[in-house]
Amino acid sequence: MTRRWLGWLYAGPALLVLAIFFVVPVLAALLLSVTDYDLYAIASIHNLRFVGLRNYADLLSNPLFWQALWNTVYFVVVGVPLSLAASLGGAVLVHSKVARFKGFFRTAYFAPSITTVVAVAVIWRYLLHTRYGLINYLLSMLHIAPIDWLGDPHWSMPAIILFAVWKNFGYNLVILLAALGTIPADLYEAAELDGAGAFAQFRHITLPGIRGTLGFVGLLTMAGYFQLFAEPYVMTQGGPAQSTLSVLYLLYDEGFKWWNLGRASAVAFVLFLLMYATALLQHRWTREHRP
Amino acid sequence: MRRHTLLVNALLILTAGLTLFPLVWMVSVSLMPAGTSATYPPPLWPAHPTLANYTELWTHAGMARHLLNSLGLATVATALALTLNVAAGYAFAKLEFPGREAVAKALLAALVIPAQVAMLPLFLELKALGLVDTYAGVLVPSLAGIFSIFLVRQAALAIPHELIDAARMDGASEWTIFRRVALPLMRPMLVTLGVFAFLGSWNDFFWPLIVLNDSDRYTLPVALAALSREHVQDNELMMAGSVVTLVPVLALFLALQRHYLAGLMAGAVKG
Amino acid sequence: MKRFLALAPLLVLLSACRGEHQDIELRFWAMGRESEILEQLMPAFEREHPGVHVRVEQLPWTAAHAKLLTAVAGDSTPDLCQLGNTWVAELADLGALKALDGDLSRSDAVPATDYFPGIWRTNQIGTRQYGVPWYVDTRLLFYRKDILAAAGYASVPTDWAGFKVMLAKIRAQSHGERYGILLPLNEYEPILALALQSETPVLKEQGTRGNFSNPDFVAAFSYYISLFDDALAPPVTNSQISNVWNEFARGYFAFYITGPWNIGEFRRRLPPALAGHWGTAPLPGPHGPDASIAGGASLAVFKRTQHPAEAWALVEYLSRPAVQERFYALTGDLPARRSVWETGSVKDDPMTAAFREQLERVRPAPAVAEWEEIMTELRLMAEHVVRHELTPAEGAAELDRRADRMLAKRRELVHAGRLP
Repeated sequence: MTRRWLGWLYAGPALLVLAIFFVVPVLAALLLSVTDYDLYAIASIHNLRFVGLRNYADLLSNPLFWQALWNTVYFVVVGVPLSLAASLGGAVLVHSKVARFKGFFRTAYFAPSITTVVAVAVIWRYLLHTRYGLINYLLSMLHIAPIDWLGDPHWSMPAIILFAVWKNFGYNLVILLAALGTIPADLYEAAELDGAGAFAQFRHITLPGIRGTLGFVGLLTMAGYFQLFAEPYVMTQGGPAQSTLSVLYLLYDEGFKWWNLGRASAVAFVLFLLMYATALLQHRWTREHRP
Repeated sequence: MRRHTLLVNALLILTAGLTLFPLVWMVSVSLMPAGTSATYPPPLWPAHPTLANYTELWTHAGMARHLLNSLGLATVATALALTLNVAAGYAFAKLEFPGREAVAKALLAALVIPAQVAMLPLFLELKALGLVDTYAGVLVPSLAGIFSIFLVRQAALAIPHELIDAARMDGASEWTIFRRVALPLMRPMLVTLGVFAFLGSWNDFFWPLIVLNDSDRYTLPVALAALSREHVQDNELMMAGSVVTLVPVLALFLALQRHYLAGLMAGAVKG
Repeated sequence: MKRFLALAPLLVLLSACRGEHQDIELRFWAMGRESEILEQLMPAFEREHPGVHVRVEQLPWTAAHAKLLTAVAGDSTPDLCQLGNTWVAELADLGALKALDGDLSRSDAVPATDYFPGIWRTNQIGTRQYGVPWYVDTRLLFYRKDILAAAGYASVPTDWAGFKVMLAKIRAQSHGERYGILLPLNEYEPILALALQSETPVLKEQGTRGNFSNPDFVAAFSYYISLFDDALAPPVTNSQISNVWNEFARGYFAFYITGPWNIGEFRRRLPPALAGHWGTAPLPGPHGPDASIAGGASLAVFKRTQHPAEAWALVEYLSRPAVQERFYALTGDLPARRSVWETGSVKDDPMTAAFREQLERVRPAPAVAEWEEIMTELRLMAEHVVRHELTPAEGAAELDRRADRMLAKRRELVHAGRLP
């Protein structure tokens, strides 16, 4: 008897915590999203009303939401492939037979990914400074006119993507490196004997060999990129002209700045649906392309 | 072939320069006297190195306090997260209990719900519990994690059943088996999970930003963000703040990187 | 036993220190630098009120508003706080603040007549008083006298048209190197200041609908935008400027609309060579000197406080002319009481004269809970218009739409008689 229930004793505390601090709030969020819970309601619960799907309708008719959605999708669609490509390139380099000091490089590449976003965003804000930033200084050596990275609505998102790629480079690299290690070396040797060039080897051996991991890394990166917040919060405060306002930033503003909890909960569920749909699509894609 | 070797290593060095430069430069700028970094061309090294920015952080911005907050919270969060998640992950892998499969399935499904969905009501819940603006309130969301439970479960599944059955035959209690057999075998995963939890807590920004009001309780990232909005002008001070925020995690990472990276790579390939 | 007797006097002494009542800790939220300075003013108060300890907690200005609302939402408000006076309405509407009418009528330490009328009104919501002005603030011009003189002007023009002509001269003389004025895109205050120079309020129907489309606002908005269109103001935010004082010293811009705290900052941060070459002046108006924002900070007591008497005592203490004078000396924050302006160091400072003049003409912003949110929209809209995505009139119409949406709940509550 005791033995039968022992598992609950082990799993119970964690499950209880999850139930109280995760499951209940998620269900409550669903309820909140159909009310007009706001500061007036916090002041007096009598000011709370059921509004049905009005929050969702309001959201869909709010240009700011579409802008936030567009910005987030932009960040994900451009950022994730770039990020993966950079990490994969790095992993192939480190994995190369002729590479020296692999341990050092692995550590050096990984370092940015454990750093605190707020702290490194402060650094990047300065690197990207229009007049005193190092990046524009380097560009000026190539006779490129200074770019107003964080002040020009056309450049602010690229600047943040650049920052995100730098930040996530090492984490994905290490995981991909592990996957590269599982590809049998004799495959490459055989290909070399057949006279396959480096690119052909990459395409026909490396890529298929790490497809599963690549899908997994892509999924994680995408989930992370959909939750863009700290970078614009510190670097641009959502500006200029709301060009870096993300869906999560909108949720923060609506929820914790203006305390429109009903509307913010609607944003949260839309974000959730968006991530879920993308994950589903990607999952299907990875499965279909599995050899 | 030699050219190939040269090219690969040159690219490796160049990339290392790109990843490390911002961090090295951060340290350099943090040593410049106030106002001297905003010149053109941007200075790489301080002409007159000074620790004034650090002194300023300590005496005026109360960084010591925030450092302690972050250290304390991250340590407690790591300990609690390890305890809860390891016990649960082990149970899901090695202990039969009624409803196990159903609960595991439910957890797997819940994995796709982003944490932000829960945050608004969680705040109201903490308000009802009187935990807004407390350290406990900061810890709450990082206590148990579905992802971590599954990581542990995976590691525990790799423990051969024969080993555990043999221990049971010898009359060892389940607790002893957990402590003496399972935990040592899962150690690499535990280190990874521990570092993961510590970094997660240390780097967390969104939740402490919301739940903490009293600046005495701010964690480093929240304090730094507040500082960076108040002191946009003081580049050098900001950089010093970044150094203080980053050095502990970088040190932790360097100390445990072999285990951490190994655990990460092992987990990833299996997953 | 003997040893115990020897200890007895000590015990008596200890219990005497505790007094009849338990020690009280007052939690006082203050922002930015004021909180640092406050620590120095507290020992004197604590000496006068034994058993009361004041704990000053610091909120960063840029996050203060969100933090206050979070505290109200989370029931974690302090006993009293420093409140930007445009926020008084909001917190009063939420029922977070204690009305101070009773305390004011019983006390003669805070005479309303000694305060600037425009400022005092910012703390009046409906018929009740929810705060006491602590220090005052308004926005006006900080400028480089040497650049002005080089452009051939002895004093700053006081009307919009003349002011703009002068900015254009400054710009032309520098061959496009220098801007006339800095109006950071992340601040709504310069626009609001210009908008308040008209009798037409920007909200109508008891503050339940936007009224930005009125011709007066559109005129003010267009004037503001035209300064960017004519390249007299750089389209940048504060964080892009990085160091405003460095740039002011370098002459990147000649004028800057900002508040009194910058008197001290300018003195401290500008190179010594520039002393005497900068000054302050009232804002130009549509047809000569006109209004600006009734800004500043008030002291407000929260409804949830367990120690209303002690909190009020602290408000009285900080309102004392002598303490106001000392506070001014320490922070440079301008005293709320006019009598303090008649004496001593405030009067002697040449930089404060423009403020004194402007403060007599300040106007409060509409007192609605959604004000801060509406002002955020104003700032964002201004940015869109500066970037030519909309005309000023279109921007104003869009502002009305957004304000109406934000005020929807307030409208319902007002119609239902649930709000004053």
